[in-house]
Amino acid sequence: MAISPEQVRWVANLARLDLSPADLAKMTEQLSAILAYVDQLKQVPTDGVEPLAHPLKVHNVFRADEPAGSLPVNDALANSPDRRGDYFGVPAVLE
Amino acid sequence: MIERTAVELLAAQEQGATAESVTRSFLDAIRQRDSRVKSFLHVDETSALEQARAVDAKRKAKQPLGPLAGVPVAIKDVLCVRGVPTTCGSKILQHFVPPYDAHVITALKNADAVLIGKTNMDEFAMGSSTENSAYFTTRNPWDLERIPGGSSGGSAAAVAACEAPLSLGSDTGGSIRQPASLCGIVGLKPTYGRVSRYGLVAFASSLDQIGPFTHDMADCALLMQVIAGHDGRDSTSIDRPVPAYTKSLDMPVKPLTIGVPKEFFGEGLDPEVEAAVRQSLRLYESQGARLKEVSLPNSPYAVAVYYLVATAEASSNLARYDGMHYGHRTKEKADLIATYSKSRGEGFGKEVQRRIMLGTYALSSGYKDAYYVKALKVRRLIKDDFDKSFADCDVVMGPTAPTAAFKAGEKADNPLAMYLSDIYTISCNLAGIAGISVPCGFTKSGLPIGLQILAGPFEEEKLLRIARMHEKATDWHTKRPKL
Repeated sequence: MAISPEQVRWVANLARLDLSPADLAKMTEQLSAILAYVDQLKQVPTDGVEPLAHPLKVHNVFRADEPAGSLPVNDALANSPDRRGDYFGVPAVLE
Repeated sequence: MIERTAVELLAAQEQGATAESVTRSFLDAIRQRDSRVKSFLHVDETSALEQARAVDAKRKAKQPLGPLAGVPVAIKDVLCVRGVPTTCGSKILQHFVPPYDAHVITALKNADAVLIGKTNMDEFAMGSSTENSAYFTTRNPWDLERIPGGSSGGSAAAVAACEAPLSLGSDTGGSIRQPASLCGIVGLKPTYGRVSRYGLVAFASSLDQIGPFTHDMADCALLMQVIAGHDGRDSTSIDRPVPAYTKSLDMPVKPLTIGVPKEFFGEGLDPEVEAAVRQSLRLYESQGARLKEVSLPNSPYAVAVYYLVATAEASSNLARYDGMHYGHRTKEKADLIATYSKSRGEGFGKEVQRRIMLGTYALSSGYKDAYYVKALKVRRLIKDDFDKSFADCDVVMGPTAPTAAFKAGEKADNPLAMYLSDIYTISCNLAGIAGISVPCGFTKSGLPIGLQILAGPFEEEKLLRIARMHEKATDWHTKRPKL
């Protein structure tokens, strides 16, 4: 199935990717080719087949809820692109 | 010194060689060779020598030593090492320095290994050639015009080029086995859940596994012994005893039934690769194994399933790179949403963007059932095919990759052609089973060829023994490239 430039622009918005018009055009072409390839899955009969999200049969394991050490503040902030004191600086969220 | 295996290096240290001299030999090799091979993104000589001297001091003081004492190990740059740059081959993590160690790094440190450097990779492990690295392309040590495979191409090339005797990689769709095959070394993808993923930068969480690259099977068993086991910090890590891989390695598996899937020998398989793999199958037959033709009828769909499941998971995993807490943030003044979009547009390379887009689309409202859920259904059929084969076969064998190493640039502008180089490795990840690539010959032009052996979940012990049977009867694992 081909994907339209409008759809690609919409998906780029959902994915929070700022793409140039040239990138969008190339992306439209390449995604269309890949989607045409994956469309072969339509040939496979899957009525009544359960989707498989995890390859092995596992069950949930609970652990004891015990306090443990966490990252020191300086370590946690060390990679911040905009450290302000003991906080992460971010662009204004509210006007 | 540098052409030796880890087992031989351990023996040399028992005989009086120091860990420092061993480490210096490999640092020298990196200095002499890596400007051509380009395996490493980051080497810290001072730290490597300090680690080595600490091992020598322990030995001198007659303190107990770990199983990898004084053996250098190269680490794919997808694994977090505290205080050491971890870029994942991406500009978005160019200046990222992890505040903690991955589980496997802690295991290596406890084993007294020497962490010698971080290796190049396709950005976020997305690729089959290292050409998607934001920094440079690693070269195949057997032919510098060619790629080493990927995404763990730097780790594979480092071992093949004798810049490190051991390395770690990660395998989401073949990223350990395919470069091992193309570089003429051993590469193991363990069963999903066998090795903790704690501290592994996530690509596709239901497929990713960490595993070893080595020259031979004894080293593979040794390194696997160190990294395997349960870890409560990875919720998918399985709490099962780890078999003594190193102890049982030399015991042949008898009787042995080998499944040979007809789908692995079809169109697109290079005749020289096929001939080498068939020769290996005959070798097993001469050792008493029974070959049985099996069918994995849904395996031709594995690449299509993979590029929906892996990209869907990646689109979610990579949402964390928003330029807020760590990683690249755009310099442009913008509001919050535009800051996200610009940071990600500037920081991610083309292939990563393509996969985020594909995964986002496959999960988006109106398309999720047609793409993502459909792919998960076919994924179950692929796993069922393996279950049927393993009901009466010990292992399944075939080629690791359809061709030997290709030239740099050959597939760079054709994503789909690049994806198809993983056609034989991908189904193993979708099914969560174990797989290994072992050297099984060379093409006429001198490029390595790999034999892939697949085994059921948690059957690594048997898998390693079967691979060892092949190694004992061949000498491909003793070959080293001239550099």
